[in-house]
Amino acid sequence: MTNTQPIIKDNYKMGFHMPEKPVFKTPKGLSRKVVEAISHFKNEPSWMLKFRLKALEIFQEKMLPSWGADLSGIDFNNIYYYVSPSAKKFRDWNDVPLEVKETYDKIGIPQAERKFLAGVGAQYDSEVIYHNLKKEWENQGVIFTDTDTALQKYPDIVKEYFGTVIPPHDNKFAALNSAVWSGGSFVYVPKGVHVKIPLQAYFRINAARMGQFERTLIIAEEGSYVHYIEGCTAPIYTTDSLHAAVVEILVKKGARVRYTTIQNWSNNVYNLVTKRMFVEEEGFGEWIDGNLGSKVTMKYPSVFLKGKGAKGEVLSLAFAGKNQHQDAGGKAIHLAPYTSSTITSKSVSKDGGRCSYRGMVRIANGAKGSKSFVRCDALLLDEFSRSDTYPTNIVNEEDVTLGHEASVSKVGEEQLFYLRARGLTETQATGLIVNGFIEPIVKELPLEYAVELNRLIDLSMEGSVG
Amino acid sequence: MKNSLVITNLYVETKDGKKILSGVSLTVKKGEIHAIMGPNGGGKSTLAQALMGHPGYLITNGKIELNGTNITPLTPDKKAKLGLFLGFQYPVEVTGVNFGSFLRMAINENKKSGEKKLSPIAFRNELSESAKELKFRDDITKRSLNEGFSGGEKKKAEILQMVLLHPEFAILDEPDSGLDVDALRYIANTIQNINYKFGLLLITHYQRLLHYIKPDFVHILVKGKIVKSGSAKLAEEVEKSGYEKYASNL
Repeated sequence: MTNTQPIIKDNYKMGFHMPEKPVFKTPKGLSRKVVEAISHFKNEPSWMLKFRLKALEIFQEKMLPSWGADLSGIDFNNIYYYVSPSAKKFRDWNDVPLEVKETYDKIGIPQAERKFLAGVGAQYDSEVIYHNLKKEWENQGVIFTDTDTALQKYPDIVKEYFGTVIPPHDNKFAALNSAVWSGGSFVYVPKGVHVKIPLQAYFRINAARMGQFERTLIIAEEGSYVHYIEGCTAPIYTTDSLHAAVVEILVKKGARVRYTTIQNWSNNVYNLVTKRMFVEEEGFGEWIDGNLGSKVTMKYPSVFLKGKGAKGEVLSLAFAGKNQHQDAGGKAIHLAPYTSSTITSKSVSKDGGRCSYRGMVRIANGAKGSKSFVRCDALLLDEFSRSDTYPTNIVNEEDVTLGHEASVSKVGEEQLFYLRARGLTETQATGLIVNGFIEPIVKELPLEYAVELNRLIDLSMEGSVG
Repeated sequence: MKNSLVITNLYVETKDGKKILSGVSLTVKKGEIHAIMGPNGGGKSTLAQALMGHPGYLITNGKIELNGTNITPLTPDKKAKLGLFLGFQYPVEVTGVNFGSFLRMAINENKKSGEKKLSPIAFRNELSESAKELKFRDDITKRSLNEGFSGGEKKKAEILQMVLLHPEFAILDEPDSGLDVDALRYIANTIQNINYKFGLLLITHYQRLLHYIKPDFVHILVKGKIVKSGSAKLAEEVEKSGYEKYASNL
């Protein structure tokens, strides 16, 4: 990948970058030495270094997945695995560098959210440099911090759960993340605590040829509730970037966790993320996962329903434009009786983009009375774009209910004519149809995100039709 | 010509070359109601769609002028912005698009530059007034555009859009088909209550609607041609004797 031309059109308004001011940077490429340097720089306990080095071995042994999207463009030797923008951590918003604030301005974090910024963990480069937990949560015993800090301050909790939901050998990119992870969020919600305001974090790649390997761990104790929201956009770079995150979530008995992401990586990013929840008895785990940007995305948020009556829901939204492949979907693994799951996928392809729905429902022997319903809808905006569906169902129990519905539709000439006859331009009309199509998922998003998403869709319609 | 929609010698065919209209000429002045009647397949709906600029129909000859401007080659949205409206015979459903937001967007799109945009509150008031007049049962602003609407609701929703968009010239393609008598009356009343001068081209298969909305002129369209024009009396004549005699004259 030596393409030096911008891949993204000028009208990609979210694309920009600020001059970087790194303090510590490992050399390009991956080796035992690099992993040791990262761990040493972060002053980590020895068990974490061991964990990283073991994961590195697994990464080096594992092959790239033979299925899914084309990953042959990734050059693992041409990536910086760790860059730290600042050695100092800020507790107060006023102390956050102007440059960083400007970056957030351009992403357009809505005013409505700024008042909540006191509780936002914002990641700039690989490091969370700003963190201020709301007092209320602190009083309730809620921990919301970056995972590096958590490792220093709460080593016992981290050690107990880290890598238990997604072990390094799960797949090549989980192994990579385990070896070089940095940043990400750590959330701990004690028993019975309901976190009223969603926890939000913003991620951003801002160093050329730098991968981001954040590691998120959320633990919701019995009967607790938390909604975690993460949104990210990325600047334009001409060389390929890699984003390989791992998100591990434990939903204990009767607890509920909702995890909302909108990702809008720039069109040169490989976005390969492993996300999984363990849901215990009567717990409820929800993924809302929107993928708008990137060059290639492979992401299948999973719910492992481990306790009786556990529920899981995956809402997946994918949007593929020119030279983009979104391979997204969801997985529901039923391991206990009376568990239920829903997977809803909506995808939009245009300008030759490709969306694939890839999903799995597995109902284990003994998970009697379990129910699962999968619905995937694809919308194609032109003849050059593509949509595929790869559903897998493995059912080892007789007493279950399983439903699957799929549809592929095209933006119809009659719909466009109707809207245009009312005075809307072709771009506006197409934007309206697309926004209408994804509405069932958008309505689940917090209002600011819904607005931002609709705006992004309208933006991406410009210049693509008419 | 100002304050008029002038159609001159219009020839229209489908994309695959099927000739449908062969030389239609018609002038609608503001304040006039023209009814176009004719048998199935005579080209009534094609005329409506071609006037609005449906991409499936090619205008091979002739022209359309709106207030003296040649609008023949314009896209549907440009025609709409110049004040032309088409009420569809079969309005399409658009999933997930809220009826109210869509209509307000359309209204504001059609405002001339410098004109004040319609505020959400002013829009809501206007909409609920017209919705009441048309006897919409449910809150239409909460529903998706035409989705799940009954046949009658779809037709009423077209009229509702027309009223709020304030067109200078409106083409209504069979606004009466599939309506019960009550709905027909609501529609007719709503059209008659429009309190500014606009031109109306009413396409209908039956004379029924014309009991409620009295046309100034009636045209019979058969095999792509206007074979006879006259006053409202012509419609009554057709009701008695049918279209056959006009067809056989060709």
